Amino acid sequence: MKTQKEPFLKKKWVQSLIASLFCVVLGLLIGYIVLLFINPKGAWDAIGTVVKNFFTYPNPKVALKYFGSTLVKTAPLLMCALSIQFAYKVGLFNIGAAGQYVVGAGACLYMALAWDLPWWICLLGAMAAGAVLGSISGLLKSYCNVNEVISGIMLNWISLYTVNMILSNVKESASPYTYQLASFNPSALIPSMGLGKLFSNNQYVTIAVPLAILMAVVIKIIQDKTLFGYELKATGFSKSAAKYCGMKENRNIILTLAIAGALAGMGAALLFLTGYEQWQCTQSSVPAMGFNGIAATFLGGLSPIGTVIASYFIQHITSGGAYVDKTMYSSQISDLISALIIYLCGFVLFLKYFMNSRIAKREEKASAAAKAAEAASEKESIEPKDVDPNEKGGEE
Amino acid sequence: MTLLLQYTLIFASVLVLVALGGCFSEHSGVINLGLEGIMVMGALGGALAMKYMSADTSSFIMIVVVILAAILVGMIYASLLAVACVNFKADQTIVGTALNMLATAGATVIVKAINTAENPDNVSSTMQYVGAKRAFLVNIDGFEFNWFMLVAVLALLAAAVTLYKTRFGLRLMACGEHPQAADSVGINVYKMRWAGVLISGALGGLGGIVYITAGVSEWKFENGVAGFGFLALAVMIFGQWKPGRIALAALLFGLFRALSNVYAGFGFLTALNIPGSVYNMMPYIISLVVLAFTSRKSRAPKSEGIPYDKGQR
Amino acid sequence: MENQYAIEMLHITKKFPGIIANDDITLKLRKGEIHALLGENGAGKSTLMSVLFGLYQPEEGEIHKDGVKADIRNPNDANELGIGMVHQHFKLVECFTVLDNIILGVEPCKGGFLNKEVAREKVMALSDKYGLHVDPDARIEDITVGMQQRTEILKMLYRDNEILIFDEPTAVLTPQEIEELMQIMKNLVKEGKSILFISHKLNEIMEVADRCTVLRKGKYVGTVDVKNSSKEELSRMMVGRDVDFTVHKKALAPGEVILDVENLTVESKMHRNNAVKNVSFQVRSGEIVCIAGIDGNGQTELVYGLTGLEGLKEGKISLCGKDITRASIRKRSASGMSHIPEDRHKHGLVLDYSLEDNMVLQRYFEPRFVDKAGFLKRKEIRAYANNLIEQYDVRSGQGPITMARSMSGGNQQKAIVAREIDKDPQLLVAVQPTRGLDVGAIEYIHKQLVAQRDAGRGVLLVSLELDEVMSVPDRILVMYEGEIVGELDPKKTTVEELGLYMAGAKKEGRKA
Repeated sequence: MKTQKEPFLKKKWVQSLIASLFCVVLGLLIGYIVLLFINPKGAWDAIGTVVKNFFTYPNPKVALKYFGSTLVKTAPLLMCALSIQFAYKVGLFNIGAAGQYVVGAGACLYMALAWDLPWWICLLGAMAAGAVLGSISGLLKSYCNVNEVISGIMLNWISLYTVNMILSNVKESASPYTYQLASFNPSALIPSMGLGKLFSNNQYVTIAVPLAILMAVVIKIIQDKTLFGYELKATGFSKSAAKYCGMKENRNIILTLAIAGALAGMGAALLFLTGYEQWQCTQSSVPAMGFNGIAATFLGGLSPIGTVIASYFIQHITSGGAYVDKTMYSSQISDLISALIIYLCGFVLFLKYFMNSRIAKREEKASAAAKAAEAASEKESIEPKDVDPNEKGGEE
Repeated sequence: MTLLLQYTLIFASVLVLVALGGCFSEHSGVINLGLEGIMVMGALGGALAMKYMSADTSSFIMIVVVILAAILVGMIYASLLAVACVNFKADQTIVGTALNMLATAGATVIVKAINTAENPDNVSSTMQYVGAKRAFLVNIDGFEFNWFMLVAVLALLAAAVTLYKTRFGLRLMACGEHPQAADSVGINVYKMRWAGVLISGALGGLGGIVYITAGVSEWKFENGVAGFGFLALAVMIFGQWKPGRIALAALLFGLFRALSNVYAGFGFLTALNIPGSVYNMMPYIISLVVLAFTSRKSRAPKSEGIPYDKGQR
Repeated sequence: MENQYAIEMLHITKKFPGIIANDDITLKLRKGEIHALLGENGAGKSTLMSVLFGLYQPEEGEIHKDGVKADIRNPNDANELGIGMVHQHFKLVECFTVLDNIILGVEPCKGGFLNKEVAREKVMALSDKYGLHVDPDARIEDITVGMQQRTEILKMLYRDNEILIFDEPTAVLTPQEIEELMQIMKNLVKEGKSILFISHKLNEIMEVADRCTVLRKGKYVGTVDVKNSSKEELSRMMVGRDVDFTVHKKALAPGEVILDVENLTVESKMHRNNAVKNVSFQVRSGEIVCIAGIDGNGQTELVYGLTGLEGLKEGKISLCGKDITRASIRKRSASGMSHIPEDRHKHGLVLDYSLEDNMVLQRYFEPRFVDKAGFLKRKEIRAYANNLIEQYDVRSGQGPITMARSMSGGNQQKAIVAREIDKDPQLLVAVQPTRGLDVGAIEYIHKQLVAQRDAGRGVLLVSLELDEVMSVPDRILVMYEGEIVGELDPKKTTVEELGLYMAGAKKEGRKA
């Protein structure tokens, strides 16, 4: 067979990019239409505000500072997205990332505030807590056949109530918020290493951001280059084939969800250990970070690197939502757009199929034309071709 | 004790309705993880109906209109799932999850918009329906009977009859078990799956309005329905996709959910000095334990979750 | 003169992306005849029948019913024209009863509710008339394959179908059941039905069919009167060349025991009756032992137990004298067991992996392919895969980077065979290795099995194909309801005798 150069549109990443752009544009468009319904007057400005985020500040220095803040929140989002991506490659939908994020927050804050531990130990603690929660889902999945989505949701709520309870021991008496890290235990703050200076002295910009991006690269390498990744992907594509060739299916499922849990837990540490936010011990809903991670994962075309960009985008519009005119709209318009984007991502497979079949049709036409020309010049023999016509993938 | 019974029954009603919704969808072959979102939307529909009906409407009309509004909104919202999963063969897990998030975000945006339009200072996502809610309640000697309890029982009976005694039920279940077989005898699998999802939308939406009127007179839509849609899925699995067993499972789960509302009224429970959070967690813990013991041998419809493609044999 | 054809399919062309499954095919079914449709796997028979049944729309050509052009857009249209079909893979809802399956789609109703009594009466009447015994209240998952097939036939009769399509109906039956089915088909024709009978088995066609249409690689080859034809002619038409069905192998020289199975018992997840019960046998070096039997008599579970895919309840397995009863799948593989699995899509391949990644599926963890830090040595994998591809002539679009999914069934199987044989196993377990393949590929696989035997390896073949069972192995062990009920010498036994064992009618008090 001839090896041809793959056409541009056939490349996987190009198709993913087109599909993601499609989701983003359509998501924003529908968001805009919703705004029009609510109040047509300010709709255009509002959607503009969401997309602009920190650019709404005319002063570049201030804008830069808020760009930093968006990055601070991108780091945990990226970790949650990586958690979901990592599990998804093994065929698991880790909706429990939200809960793993919660226990991560609980663990690192408790360790920092009750035990005065330094940041890196708190970080490891958060990862361990997330890993434990993840492996519970994994155990339930592999030994009790419990759907990881349902167990994940249950664990999300259990974690929320538990963490609320535990962190109530380290909260300020007058408010529902946990103590300020900066005043209570500065050693638990993730070091900035001068990064904050780059963003108009935004003290919250720390090595958490490059750390998260580094994790994306590590995951990419694990998945593409290592034996472990080979096994995990094989399990994701075909559990039965993985079992047939002796891979330890149950172990891989548990390990995967434990690692995914660790990633989400680490995400929480990367946010709460910057001191940017405190935990509110009266929270009655699971933080959206874990769920927004789903949007970032799928928008990123399920690749770790794509996820980096998508996470930033999702956080960008989420932060942008805070700037909309509250007298007309609510900041949840960004959540609405992220949710729409996930919904639209459900159509990506179909979209890719559509693109591929269009390409295939065009190619077929071209090759048919070429063959016709050949036949005319050569007068082909009438012998049937040496291709099994109906055999593609075995006849059922 | 009466209070416990009352709350158990009303929460069981919610679970029965929503779990039956899941049951219809799954019997047709579509896993409906978006039930949570459908509940939120149904609740929103019902709440809006209560808000905009004048206070002196007769109880009967109020009940009917609220129910219809919840069902209608639930069905419309469920069609988002149907279109993606039946026609476009989308991943049912992703779409279901998206619907859950979309519902909470969407409901919040809408309610906030309504609130701010009425009063620019009101940026909350809370909706009140104290007056209208009275229409659903009948006080029988200290026990607050809720008409929705009756609705749930009727829905249960109707579901059982539909599934096991009618042509529609037989065909629906065939589509969830072996869609190729159904197709080969001329049943339109896509249509049946649409029907299954729409029914689940109707029941889920109805469950939503029952849930937000159970025990409270206002609802903060930012909170969604706190995983209740997923509890209903657990009920459905525990009930092995059979209406009768679903009813029993719903009573059990309803009891634990009710405890978190009324534990303070029991001397021996308060004496234990367990924090309220533990009671809040109970339903979720129970469902995990139950699922751990029942999922292994569960008889889910065989082809659920697999998009049906006519081209593939 | 009245039109003598019940169905005419004229110049049918059906394309799928990349392939032409049916290329200008014409098929005419006379009223009251049994018309065979012969062709290899992949020749386009099933596609053609799916077109007739309304499951596919052809790009070109038309269908006439009783001389009138018919537009068949879905199975409902086919049903209205009186066309019914028994599919190769039964279209039965497993957890429904026989009766529910029969009425599905044409349910009699009274006041909106199902009226099963009416249906039951009609089914019982039909069952009596044609001698099709079924239990209407039994669930499909609990009944035998034979009864499932009778259910399928009743489904057609219940709908008063006049034209009956049988798609490879004998693949799952014992020789005696096949005999029975042939009789049923003759009865049906006597009652005025017309039958299209799809098969690639010449004996059956010779026995029952009036005429035969042959397809090859999606094209029409010809239609012959069976009476005036011969097996040789039909086979030539089917394959396009003379076929030598005999398998050549060296004289039997069995050596030491390779596989020793003692009192093996495996629980079944699916059925009560097809778990493996107390099975003992041996495979020696230099011989091919075949496990024969009707599908679903415990062969799958036996293989699962042997290869470690399923745990054992009792028993002992030794490979080359080493006890591997409790060994993991990987351990068994390393101890010299290779396994060509029954389902190449489910087990044999990771369909979304490239061919090269599939080639190393059993040895990716060896130091040769992975370094100490856990990174895969991509270059080594590529070189290894290229070597196997060349050696075993595995054809694919883009060589080692072709997705396994996009390869043809024959080449997928070749890739698995290459991978498993290259491991240089002591024991090769091959489960239905030729299922769904064309004659060329079948010959190739048989040659590879015999080559292993001749090289002094042990081969355990599990097969449902009678031709294969009779021609390839040195010994036949027949399984029935989870037990080995007989050991036969293929040179001395007959198909009839084999059939009696397969149906459980004959049993040896053997203890190996």
